[in-house]
Amino acid sequence: MIPEIGNFSLMLATAVALVLGTLPIIGAARGNLRWMALARPAARLMFLLVVVAASCLVSSFLHDDFSVVYVATNSTQALPVQYKLAAFWGGHEGSMLLWLLILSFWMFAVSVFSTHLPREMIARILGVMGLIALGFLLFIILTSDPFSRLLPAVADGNDLNPLLQDPGMVAHPPMLYMGYVGFSVAFAFAIAALLGGNLDATWARWSRPWTTVAWTFLTIGICLGSAWAYYTLGWGGWWFWDPVENASFMPWLAGTALMHSLAVTEKRSGFKVWTVLLAIFAFSLSLLGTFLVRSGVLTSVHAFASDPRRGVFILLFLGIVIGGSLALFAWRAPKVGLGERFEIISRESMLLTNNVLFLGAAASVLLGTLYPLVLDALGLGKISVGPPYFDTVFVPLMAPALFLMGIGPLARWRKANLPEIAARLKWAAGVSVLCAIAVPLIEGRWSLWVAIGILLATWIVSSSLVNLWSRVRPGEGGQLGAKFAALPRGYLGMLAAHIGVAIFIVGITLVKGYEVEKDVRMDTGDTVALGPYTAQFVGTSEGAGPNYSYLRGQFDILRNGKLVRTMYPEKRQFASKSEPMTNAAIAPSITGDLYISMGEAVSQSAWVVRVYYKPFIDWIWGGCLVMACGGVLALSDRRYRLARRSASEPAAAGVTA
Amino acid sequence: MAATRKSLVVFLPLAGFLVLSWFLYKGLFLDPREVPSPLIDKPAPDFRLESLESPQRMVDRKEMLGKVWLLNTWASWCVACREEHPVLVEFARTGTVPIIGLNYKDTRVEGMRWLSQFGNPYVDSAFDAAGRVGIDYGVYAVPETFLIDKQGVIRFKQIGPVTPELLHDTLVPMIQRLNA
Repeated sequence: MIPEIGNFSLMLATAVALVLGTLPIIGAARGNLRWMALARPAARLMFLLVVVAASCLVSSFLHDDFSVVYVATNSTQALPVQYKLAAFWGGHEGSMLLWLLILSFWMFAVSVFSTHLPREMIARILGVMGLIALGFLLFIILTSDPFSRLLPAVADGNDLNPLLQDPGMVAHPPMLYMGYVGFSVAFAFAIAALLGGNLDATWARWSRPWTTVAWTFLTIGICLGSAWAYYTLGWGGWWFWDPVENASFMPWLAGTALMHSLAVTEKRSGFKVWTVLLAIFAFSLSLLGTFLVRSGVLTSVHAFASDPRRGVFILLFLGIVIGGSLALFAWRAPKVGLGERFEIISRESMLLTNNVLFLGAAASVLLGTLYPLVLDALGLGKISVGPPYFDTVFVPLMAPALFLMGIGPLARWRKANLPEIAARLKWAAGVSVLCAIAVPLIEGRWSLWVAIGILLATWIVSSSLVNLWSRVRPGEGGQLGAKFAALPRGYLGMLAAHIGVAIFIVGITLVKGYEVEKDVRMDTGDTVALGPYTAQFVGTSEGAGPNYSYLRGQFDILRNGKLVRTMYPEKRQFASKSEPMTNAAIAPSITGDLYISMGEAVSQSAWVVRVYYKPFIDWIWGGCLVMACGGVLALSDRRYRLARRSASEPAAAGVTA
Repeated sequence: MAATRKSLVVFLPLAGFLVLSWFLYKGLFLDPREVPSPLIDKPAPDFRLESLESPQRMVDRKEMLGKVWLLNTWASWCVACREEHPVLVEFARTGTVPIIGLNYKDTRVEGMRWLSQFGNPYVDSAFDAAGRVGIDYGVYAVPETFLIDKQGVIRFKQIGPVTPELLHDTLVPMIQRLNA
């Protein structure tokens, strides 16, 4: 019964989405107030219906209803309850429902926080989002119904993929989708502005906070995914350039470019065409990512290879959404003015360069991801593009962007003075060069890459500090504390995000430069030296978890002959899987992680053991979190709160009148 | 002149996307997992296992020499196998080739119950509780199906469920050729 309710509310939601996607947009074109007024209630009703459907699926999981195919495939009675919840997005159908749920959540949010928008605008925005929702609803109902039945029911389910039975995986997909789908708001704003022909600074001011929220979620989502890969895949890598990761990284790159471009559009009403295009790109890349991951074009799961129907559907949908919006862009963009002029040396030009570099990076990731597919489609053979390609193209594109990150925020709008900037940054440059030379020497091994990485990281931090100091230096206008308190949060958010990038770079540079990786055969009692530590293999023991059995190794970690800690890597055998899972033991610290994972048994008591020392690796994720904090800071900026208060007052007055 | 060039530039993103879509469309009909299996055209690995139905009877690959046959790995815990099963039951009725089951990492009780509930298309099922034979055959998920010729050489491997299309378009013509 419950699954049928879920299915039925999805059908009702489809009807609502159809109304939402048509009448308000037509109403906005014809000036029909009643039709436009439908947008808000319809968006809220659709959200409610999708929430009902999602609750039905959750309830089926919690009740172990194995007569539902999706539950039988992704859960089992013994599965701990938090993973029964996470199993919601453990497979294709549920992931699509999560996508839809988050999209309708964003629509609900727009309908609540949009009191200050003109009614034509809000009708168009919610209408466009309604059309996107309609596409996803049809996709779910026609090809990926999470509620279809398996009769007679199986006695027990097939279990959730053990790789996904991890706290990181509980949070990663919702965060990632919040980001992915969040770009739909900026997209809908852009399409609404193209339809209405009012691309101006106000449009940029409205879409900016939505873009920042989406970007923040996406940053956290990618960060969680990378941390998850690090501690569950058992060989200590944190980024693999695999198509699924690239699918989330491309929208991030385009979204980062969009955030910077929106700043120019808001402050200087420049880059309008560019900003619209980036908004379309960011969401298109999100959709493309969904297509790549879900259609089985690149990484296929059994069921998809024999069934290209889903892929054809998503591709068709992609064609309508992306093709349609790019066609609208081609039709409308020539009418949009260029905005104010600026000189070659100015903040605008540096942000433009930043945009081009980020977009170039996104394009090269796209190329690397799709190249194998293109060759295969042209009948030129099967190849795979790996990290060497990505490292080669990515680093040279990002290095200049990082260098500009130091200068850009100090440059004036319209026309900047290069000698003046150079004079202000001479100390920052000096400190950076010193650090770049000192760090590799202290670490004990010279490496050009480490020097470059540290140079860029310290350059970003020191130039940010110079920038901050110039704003808070005591003098006319008040004391240091008062000046600091008066700084806009948007500005502080920008500094925080940039410093986050620097922390991230320190992490990847030092890990790449100084990690110690040893794959050794260890018998009971054997020791291996690892950076400042020694690891000793004590032995193994066996036991059982809720839905798996495990074999646990014990390793004593010694420093200068004294026991500092004991680590327990595991091999877990899940009933449903043939291959055992590796659960690495990690001892994290701010200066580096010890990482031990069990390989294969080579005799009764001897094992192949992977023992790694990863200096500063946690800085990678720490940097991402600092970037995300920058996003949150920027969102708490006073002007957004002011804008809302001043907007809600007339609205409230309107209700009483 | 300048105006026309500018109006063409705005069509560039659309044009780029159309090219991309064409490749994506082609890609849908290619199988990224169609990695040529190292086992194709190699002798099928030997096995001698107890039958699922009775521990006294042995299922031996050598006994199948001289026949064209299918080896189908399955398990009662496998949801995709349930989708495939009716296709196999139907196909077994035509008597085109003998199908040997490889009951993979299952229990006797569950496996037997499954066969009695959904029908038994197999001449016999080898009981591979530990999954050893599965490893020899490079099975990394069930169901997988192997077509083996009279000399005991693997001629075809299907990863994932056998579909009516696959039987009709690929397997049956291959079987007829191998039997000729």
